Amino acid sequence: MQKDSSRQEGLSRKWEDIRRSWYKFSRNPLSIMGLVVICIIMFLAIFAPFVSPYPESASKFINFYEASQPPSSTYLCGTDVFGRDILTRIFFGCRFSLMMGATVLALIVPVGVALGLIAGYYRGSWLDTVIMRITDIFIALPPLILALAVCSVLTPGIFHAMLAISVAWWPWYTRMVYGIASSLKGEFFVQAAEVTGASRTHILFREILSNCVAPIFTKMSLDMGWVILIGASLSFVGLGAQPPTADLGSMVADGSKYLPDQWWISVFPAFAIMLIVLGFNLLGDGVRDALGAERG
Amino acid sequence: MNFMPNPLLEIKDLHVWFKVFEGILKVLDGVNFTVQPGEKVGLVGEMGCGKTTTMKAIMRLLPMPPAIIPKGEILFKGKDILKMGQVKLRQIRKKEISMIFQDPTAALNPVFTVGTQLQDAVRFAEKSGKNTEKEDIRTRAIQVLKEVSLPDPERVLQNYPIQLSGGMRQRVCISMALVSTNELLIADEPGTSLDVTIKDQILRLLKELGEKRDTSIILISHALGAVRGMTDRLYVMYAGSMVEVAKTKDLFAHPLHPYSQGLLAATPRLTGGGIGEGIDGRIPEYINPPKGCRFHPRCKDAMPVCKDKKPPFFKVDENHEVACFLFQNCR
Amino acid sequence: MRTIKFIAKRLAYSVFVLIGLSILIFIIARVMPGHPARMALGARAPEWAVERLREEMHLNEPLYAQYYYWIKDALHGDFGMSLVTRRSVAHDIKEFFPASLELALYAGIFMGIVGITLGAISGWYANTWVDNLVRMLSYIGIVTPSFVFAIFFVLLFGYVLEIFPTIGKLTPGVVPPPLITRITTLDALITGHFTAFFDALKHLLLPAISLAMGPLSQEARITRASLVDNVQKDYVASERSCGIPEQTIMFKYLLKPSLIPTVSIYGLDFASLLGNAFLIELIFNWPGLSRYGMNAMLQKDLNAMTAVILVFGLVFIIVNIIVDLAVGYLDPRIRLGAERTQ
Repeated sequence: MQKDSSRQEGLSRKWEDIRRSWYKFSRNPLSIMGLVVICIIMFLAIFAPFVSPYPESASKFINFYEASQPPSSTYLCGTDVFGRDILTRIFFGCRFSLMMGATVLALIVPVGVALGLIAGYYRGSWLDTVIMRITDIFIALPPLILALAVCSVLTPGIFHAMLAISVAWWPWYTRMVYGIASSLKGEFFVQAAEVTGASRTHILFREILSNCVAPIFTKMSLDMGWVILIGASLSFVGLGAQPPTADLGSMVADGSKYLPDQWWISVFPAFAIMLIVLGFNLLGDGVRDALGAERG
Repeated sequence: MNFMPNPLLEIKDLHVWFKVFEGILKVLDGVNFTVQPGEKVGLVGEMGCGKTTTMKAIMRLLPMPPAIIPKGEILFKGKDILKMGQVKLRQIRKKEISMIFQDPTAALNPVFTVGTQLQDAVRFAEKSGKNTEKEDIRTRAIQVLKEVSLPDPERVLQNYPIQLSGGMRQRVCISMALVSTNELLIADEPGTSLDVTIKDQILRLLKELGEKRDTSIILISHALGAVRGMTDRLYVMYAGSMVEVAKTKDLFAHPLHPYSQGLLAATPRLTGGGIGEGIDGRIPEYINPPKGCRFHPRCKDAMPVCKDKKPPFFKVDENHEVACFLFQNCR
Repeated sequence: MRTIKFIAKRLAYSVFVLIGLSILIFIIARVMPGHPARMALGARAPEWAVERLREEMHLNEPLYAQYYYWIKDALHGDFGMSLVTRRSVAHDIKEFFPASLELALYAGIFMGIVGITLGAISGWYANTWVDNLVRMLSYIGIVTPSFVFAIFFVLLFGYVLEIFPTIGKLTPGVVPPPLITRITTLDALITGHFTAFFDALKHLLLPAISLAMGPLSQEARITRASLVDNVQKDYVASERSCGIPEQTIMFKYLLKPSLIPTVSIYGLDFASLLGNAFLIELIFNWPGLSRYGMNAMLQKDLNAMTAVILVFGLVFIIVNIIVDLAVGYLDPRIRLGAERTQ
């Protein structure tokens, strides 16, 4: 009986917290703008096959009669050299970018955070040393370079690009969580939990992790933008999604050959990339302010 | 409300508002406050009642975009500080009024040595900052550090704030305030963030300095004990305005305002009696402060008039005034 | 003395990290599918030649043995042969590294100075139109990929306005200065070849600025944020109450603490500089190590790729050490955190 009612209380308190965070978030018009932009992009990405004007343009498609058309009322962003509608390809490109971002984060956040928690909690032991030294090695390289290296040894493709970015990006989560976990380790509530015999998993995942949630969440919101940016850079050099898949980075690269005459082939995808990253940046800033997270 | 003619500092009906996202915080609601030359005045009140805001307003240290001063005057030696130009204002800050901040760690710039900050304070305290010799500045800095009983002042000059203990930092802050001859010293909760024994030392130091230099002192505290031995007169503040003022002895002996009574009753006594009762309720939100007397929601003696009109000061005695309608018959 | 100990400790640790990095890169490089020996000799080469090359490259031996051979040579400065340029990788590095260094230096200095200045102006005039303009521009700078900037600048200054050149380091026809440091601008200055100097400068401008735009905006943003934060701190009020003039407060007492977060970030920003150099050098056809490395990666030139990555790793490590020293210099709390006089 008692357990039920206290759980009820816990849940309703969490709901309070969420509502309060939302209130703080919504105070800032820029954050709302970021949220709106991201929602629109997500909608376009998810429903791309249904909302895009010329869904065939997303894959193998050639229409030489309409090739290289400037933006007009039929083709809002013009067509490329194969006659494919650029707006459609942008929608599908967003789809890939968002998928890439989500997948990469889904891979690295659990792994990175878990490693950070373990290393931080067992600070000073061999486990800590091993994990953090490995992290240091991965961090010693600028992420784009590491991603390029990994990507180049594998066959070019979107999944390998995701793998490459994951390899380059995971250490940052470990480092951030390590900082928090190791500083919390000496705190009283952790010692209290230990003394009352709570299991290690409980301490790690309930006590310590709940203190990390805000910074992790903030970092994830901001990272979506950066991961997508790195992905676009990879595709720009041809290491990401392969033709004929619509990918924003490779679209910019392909279109750069035809500058400045057929400017629309590069410019619109470039704007799309900027818009996505901007949206996530604004969103991430808003999340940081709303959750009052420490700088990670 | 003058006790004597020619007060050193006179705050008249000061209102200070802060513009925030949710609306306007009407923090100070008509503050009246006087300090005579050479007098030691205490200011007590709960945390959040506006003490620091008032003091910062005196020195015009409030950040003016969020802060608005819609009404009121702050007269220092007869001239309104709020209307002064930058030059005159700096003059006042340099030579006439000094402030010691609440948290000495926050009040010292962490990336510069004590010496740099102190010597700059010395340098700019003189009329034309450039003509003073480096040696003279250093000598003066060391002298002022000695005045606050800091051992080994040469070493302290080279140290960064982080290398000093809390008590030493507080003394450094006091020394910075003493750099030029001042007529008014504002001490905002000195020693609050420190050990009780250190706090006691700091308070004694202030008392000595006050007596030696015949400076007026405004001592702010939320602890009554600190104020008791050091002040001639005491103001009690609640939620943005003064509610009672009297000679310190009188206030402790006969607190009149319900809030002052509650405050004094709440202080635990060493002589027994255990922990006193607190006052029910909390300080009001400044966004939507209660109409009339701001204390009425918590007051057990509240009358209908208290909800409507704000009580002015009623003179109960020669030096004792209360802002409470319970005493409206004394005038 | 403390500084020297700090540097020594960090350098020693860096050696360890570099070794770890070399292992990592080695594993990555050797993991790839494909036959390096075959690819080096081409599809037409006879089997025995391929087998012979495979022997030479120790490709038939276990991974750790291969690593051993590799590191033995590497410690002697021999990074093997590039399968693409057919020269020793060490030689290639000597040739191409200075160009990348030059680009990175100019970009790094530009982003530091301009970024901090813009951020400071934005912070001092907070909430005025100047501030809002700079903030908006820095948002744009942050979200725009460097290759987009590059393409944009090429379009604008190369084609539309035709002021700046868009390819290479020097215009053909301009006499290059003698190769001393191989940093063209430096060599030109030292030897007094002023035509070459200005020409090289013109060529440097667009790539360096494209590289610097993103990190510059980050620096501006962080500087502004920390200025605005610090202006509210008690020590500023305390300094004002002592009569210290506004000028002194702004330029001395506010600036130094506000620079601390900016300088801390500088390392990361420099990292994105190094990473994006790979793309920028491709676009501008800049004969630097990143372009060389990029080609090595795309053509699966293992030796070259490994060596290039290690070089960049080393550069980044050194930059981080410098950044840490700078932060320690600026912030005594970090330097002296352990000592307290009572």
